[in-house]
Amino acid sequence: MKKFLFVQEQPPHGGILGQEGLDAILMGSAFAQCTVLLLEDGIYQVLGNQQTDELGSKDYSVTYQALRDYGVEQIFCPASHLQRRGIDIENLVVPVQAISDAEVTALLNSHDVILSF
Amino acid sequence: MIFSIAVFGGPYSSQASLSALRFADAVLRGDHTLLRVFFYADGVYNGNSLLVPPQDELHLYRQWQQFSRQHQVELVVCIASALRRGMLDKNEAARYEKKNHTLTPDFTVSGLGQLIDAGLQSDRLVTFRA
Repeated sequence: MKKFLFVQEQPPHGGILGQEGLDAILMGSAFAQCTVLLLEDGIYQVLGNQQTDELGSKDYSVTYQALRDYGVEQIFCPASHLQRRGIDIENLVVPVQAISDAEVTALLNSHDVILSF
Repeated sequence: MIFSIAVFGGPYSSQASLSALRFADAVLRGDHTLLRVFFYADGVYNGNSLLVPPQDELHLYRQWQQFSRQHQVELVVCIASALRRGMLDKNEAARYEKKNHTLTPDFTVSGLGQLIDAGLQSDRLVTFRA
């Protein structure tokens, strides 16, 4: 079976591409083996305790919590991108594995289809 | 080789649409197969049949339309992205009781599954993001 890697690079609010990327992950999980890579501001999509009422946008971080039920087991983020933003992995709504830049390269190389949002 | 293309950028607001069109053309010139072009997110705006750019400028809608008709390549617009942005074909317009529609049959309205299917069926799925 083909392995899909979904790359999320957008912050969660201010644009809808991140949410549409997540929709694509959910759809992908029905047909293929899917892994998620959160890059740069994409990591904010899974930041806990989001209060979006005033923003006029949806808190879709909860949907990330459902990914495991859809068979999406692994979510990665480069440790350097977490560090630069001062984000502690404990403050995320889902388990995220911090990886080195070299491991990011290996991840990209080991998947058949890469969809980047 | 079998290619599919995903377009995430709208016409004129980014390079995505024109680059995708040129790439699509190159795929066929290179004797490869182009399975599908899938328009997602703001990419669905490429299906807007009401575009009227100045006459001396590139007409992206017409170019996609001609490309699709000439080469029998399927242009698919994601329904979720399209509805959200007011891109409706005749059927959807009727369903939602809208007077007008923006999509013509040159663009097929379908689900996100077509994007995943493109990834599964093609040797290469190439994304043009805004």
